[in-house]
Amino acid sequence: MAVTVSIPTILRTHTGGEKSVSASGATLAEVIDDLENNHGGLKARLVKEGALHRFVNVYVNDEDVRFSGGLEAAVKDGDNVTILPAVAGG
Amino acid sequence: MLVIRRDLVDAMVAHARRDHPDEACGQIAGPEGSDRPERIIEMENAERSPTFYRFDAAEQLKVYREMQANDEEAVVIYHSHTATEAYPSRTDIKFANEPQAHYVLVSTRDPIEYELRSYRIVDGVVTEEPVKIIES
Repeated sequence: MAVTVSIPTILRTHTGGEKSVSASGATLAEVIDDLENNHGGLKARLVKEGALHRFVNVYVNDEDVRFSGGLEAAVKDGDNVTILPAVAGG
Repeated sequence: MLVIRRDLVDAMVAHARRDHPDEACGQIAGPEGSDRPERIIEMENAERSPTFYRFDAAEQLKVYREMQANDEEAVVIYHSHTATEAYPSRTDIKFANEPQAHYVLVSTRDPIEYELRSYRIVDGVVTEEPVKIIES
């Protein structure tokens, strides 16, 4: 199942500058593994100790995956996955 | 150097004053690649805290989509410090993910005089830059 993944500026070093790439998988975890196969280094920027980094927002279409299962969130053919680093500080 | 219109400076300061003693945060969008801040977007501080800020994640996605549709990018990312100087904190540096953005800090610790300064934050390195205000 193919999805389109939007890559934020800060992570485009892993995608050769591409703003969006395609990937496949039935869950977000599978999509991230597939991304890692083609764009090495991305997974470590997104996942830490088996969970999404606290300061990375990932959305499937308009849904923040934090509220829909995190890495286990389901994705289906044609979905858009958007990655946005949290904008935060103190 | 950050070149910015007076009305945008005034809007950031007004936002910071209004949310004081909590930190206020937001961004100013401009045409992609122009380095020209034009459209201020006050963001919700999801933390509602005097010592921390974080853009509300749902609002961040909505605004990101708008900016993409308009061929805009975040030229300025701003937030306030309500008890300390307008200099990036350790957490500000840790979470600075936009090397192309001007990071603007507004301090509201003094009830009358505000302090507004601008920085580039790239790979953990903070570089202060001059702010040129254009009278609008």
